[in-house]
Amino acid sequence: MEIPVIRNIMKPEQNSHPPRKVQDNLTIALFLAPAFALFLVFLVYPIFRSLYFSLFNWNGLGPAVDFVGLDNFRQILTDNIFLRAVGDGLLIVVLSLAIQLPFSLGLSIMVGRDLPGRAFFRTIFFMPYVLSEVITAIIWMGLFSPDPSQGLINAILVLIPGVQPQTFLSDPNQVMACVFVVLTWKYFGLHMLLYMAGLQSIPREIEEAALIDGANTWQMIRNITIPLLSGTIRTTIYLSVLGSLTQFNLIWIMTKGGPVNASEVMATYMYRFGFVRFQLGYGSAVALVMLLICLAFSIAFLRLARQPDYLGGM
Amino acid sequence: MSRKIFVLLSFMVITAFALSACGPAATATQAVAPTAAVQATQAPQATAAPTAAPKVTINWWHISTKDPGLSLWQKFATEYMAAHPNVTINITVLENEAFKTKLTTVMQSGTPPDIFQSWGGGDMNSQIAAGLLKDITPDLDANGGAWRSTFGAGPLSVYALNGKNYGVPWDMGMVGWWYNKDLFAKAKIANPPTTWTELLADVKTLKAAGITPISLGEGDKWPGMHIWSYLATRIGGQAAFNAAYARTGSFTDPAFVQAGDKLKELIALQPFQPGYLGATHDQMQATFGNGKAAMELSGQWAPSVESANAADKKGVANLGFFNFPLVEGGVGVATDVVGGGDGFAIGKDASPEAIDFVKYLTSADAQKQMAAAGMGIPVVKGGEAGLTDPNMVTVQQDFSTATAFQLYYDQYLPPAMGSVLNDSIQGLYAGTSTSQQVAQAIEDAAKQDIK
Repeated sequence: MEIPVIRNIMKPEQNSHPPRKVQDNLTIALFLAPAFALFLVFLVYPIFRSLYFSLFNWNGLGPAVDFVGLDNFRQILTDNIFLRAVGDGLLIVVLSLAIQLPFSLGLSIMVGRDLPGRAFFRTIFFMPYVLSEVITAIIWMGLFSPDPSQGLINAILVLIPGVQPQTFLSDPNQVMACVFVVLTWKYFGLHMLLYMAGLQSIPREIEEAALIDGANTWQMIRNITIPLLSGTIRTTIYLSVLGSLTQFNLIWIMTKGGPVNASEVMATYMYRFGFVRFQLGYGSAVALVMLLICLAFSIAFLRLARQPDYLGGM
Repeated sequence: MSRKIFVLLSFMVITAFALSACGPAATATQAVAPTAAVQATQAPQATAAPTAAPKVTINWWHISTKDPGLSLWQKFATEYMAAHPNVTINITVLENEAFKTKLTTVMQSGTPPDIFQSWGGGDMNSQIAAGLLKDITPDLDANGGAWRSTFGAGPLSVYALNGKNYGVPWDMGMVGWWYNKDLFAKAKIANPPTTWTELLADVKTLKAAGITPISLGEGDKWPGMHIWSYLATRIGGQAAFNAAYARTGSFTDPAFVQAGDKLKELIALQPFQPGYLGATHDQMQATFGNGKAAMELSGQWAPSVESANAADKKGVANLGFFNFPLVEGGVGVATDVVGGGDGFAIGKDASPEAIDFVKYLTSADAQKQMAAAGMGIPVVKGGEAGLTDPNMVTVQQDFSTATAFQLYYDQYLPPAMGSVLNDSIQGLYAGTSTSQQVAQAIEDAAKQDIK
C-alpha cells in the first residue's frame, strides 16, 4: 500500500529548499508593521512619556519644569489612601476569584446542559456584559438610591418588617460590597461564555467513559470537567485579576472612590490626582506603579500556571 | 512581477498608516475633541463687502443643562446669528463635573473653546499661566472703557489677574441659607435664625416635627465645604483667611479648627437627608425642591436649579433666604460674604466675533432677561431691573452691601489645594477626621501649593 505522504518525504533531492525565505520574512514583517506601529505609538511611547512626567511636579498645562526625581514615588508608597486603594483592589480580586468565577462556572455547566429555554438564558446572562459601563453605573446608582420611593432595592427591603432603608453607596461600610455586586453582575456573562466554549472542547468520549464507570455529576465535575477546563480557567483568572486591578469606570461614576475613600482603587486614585487635582506628574507616577503591579502579576502568573497536558496522550 | 507590485502596494499602505499615526504627541495620546466644529480662523476685513463676510465659527461651552438657562442661552445665540449671518455659534452643554473633566483634556491639547464657563480664581489663574486664555483688556478699554464701565468693578476683578482681564462675569452673588417657609411654619419656627445657636435649635425643632432639616450633597464634596468656609469666615473674619493665604498665618489657626468643631456640632444632630454622603449636587437640589428638606446652603443659582430638579418642575412654593448666622464669640460680621459667580472665559484662539458675541451676552438687556429668569444676579448696570424674585433682590442687595467678599475657597485656591480642602472636609461629615486633622491637611497642601 502506497502511502503518498511518506513517498514525498523519502525523496530529499526533490524536497524544494525553500526558495523565497527572505521574501517570506519580509511579507511577515510588512503585515505586522501596522499593528506594531500602533502598538509603539499608543502603548510603548505613552509609557515612556509617563515615566518622564512622573519625575516632575507638573500641572498639565505647559511644559514640565519642576523636577522632583523619585519624590512622587516615595509619596505614593507612604500615602495611606494609596495603600488603602491597593487593599481595596486586592479585595475585589479575591472576591472575584472566590465568588464570581465559581458562580460563572456553575452557570455555564447548567446552561450547557439540555435544559428548556437554554438559549434564552444564555442570551440574558450575557446581556449585562454588552451594556456600556457608564450605563451600568447609572442604572445601579438608581437601584441603590437610599430613598425607598426611588431605589428599587430599598423599596423591596422596606417591605420586610423592621428593616430600615440602607444608604448603600453612601455608607463607607457597604459601598465595597455594592460595587462588587455591580462588577459581578456586569462580568459574569463573559466568564460564563468563555467556560461554555471551553466545555465544548472536552471530548465526549471521556464523559461517556466516566458515566459508564458510574461517576455521579459531582464526581464528574470535580475530576473531569474542571481539570480539562484548566486552560480556560487560567484565562478567566488572568482576565479577572487584571480587570479588577484596573477597574475604573464603574467605581468612579458610582462613588468617585468615596465616600471618604471607602471605595478607592488605584485607578480612581490616579484619576483624582491626575485630572481633578491637576498633579499630572504624580498621576503618571501612580500609573507607573499600577503598571508594575500588573506586570508583576502577569509574569508570575504566566510563569507559575503552566497548563498541564491532560490531552497529550490522545 | 505581480509579487513585487503586491509588496510595493503593501509598503505604501503601511507607510500611509504609519505617517497618519505620527503627529503631535499631545493630540495622539489625548483623543478627545470638542463636539463642536473647527475653530474660527481669520478675522474679517474691516471694510467687508456688503454681502459675504468670511464665515466664522464660535465654540461656546456652558453648564446650564436645564431650563431656563438652556433655552435662554440658545435664544441669545440664535438672535446673534440672525443679526450676523456669517457667524455660526456651536454650543456644547455639559453638566458641571463633566464640564470640568472635558475642559481639562481640551486644555491639555492646547485648543480651548472660544467662550466657556469659568468661576475665576486659582483654576483660571493656572489657565492664564499656561497661555490658554485671551487677554481682553484692550477690548474692555476700547472707546474710553465703554464695555468696562458697564460692569460692577468687584465682579469684573474676579476674572482678572494682575490688572488684565481674561474673562467677564455674567453672574455674581453669594452663598446663603435657602429655606422652605411652609416647612418652617409647620415646625412652628416663626423667624429664621440669626445666630449659630438658634440654627442648631431650629434643626432640633425640625427634627422633632419629623422634617429633615438640611439637604446636603456631600457626594460632590463642595456643598459641604461651603458650610465649613462660612463658619471659618464668621469665626475668624475675612482676616483669618487672608492671613492664611498670604502665609503670614496658617490654616491651623484657631478659626479654622473651631470651624471644624462647630460643624461637628451640627453633624452630631444628624440633620441631613439619608444618603447625603453620596448625594450629588443635583440630588441635593431635588431633595430640597421636592419639599423633603427644610433648608439648604446654596448660592444664587438655587431657585432655578431646585425648581428644575424638582419632580413637579416648580420646586418650593414659598422660598425664603437668610444670611449665614453669626457665630457667638466670632469676629466675623453678617455682612461678610462668601460667594462667587459665573463668567465667560475667552479662549486664546477666540475671534473678534466671539468677543463681540460676549458683549452681546453681557448687554444690559440680556442681563435683564437672565435676571428675570432667576438664573443669577446680574453684574451689569441696569441688569438688576430684571430681578423680580424678592429672594433674588435680597441676595443682590446683601451682595452689593457686603463689607468683605471672598470667592469660594475651592475656586480661589489653586486646584490641587481646593481638592484637598474638599476631600478633607468630607472626612468631618463621615466622622473619619478630627477638626485638627482637617486643618492640618489643608495647611500641608497650602505649604506645597501656595508659593
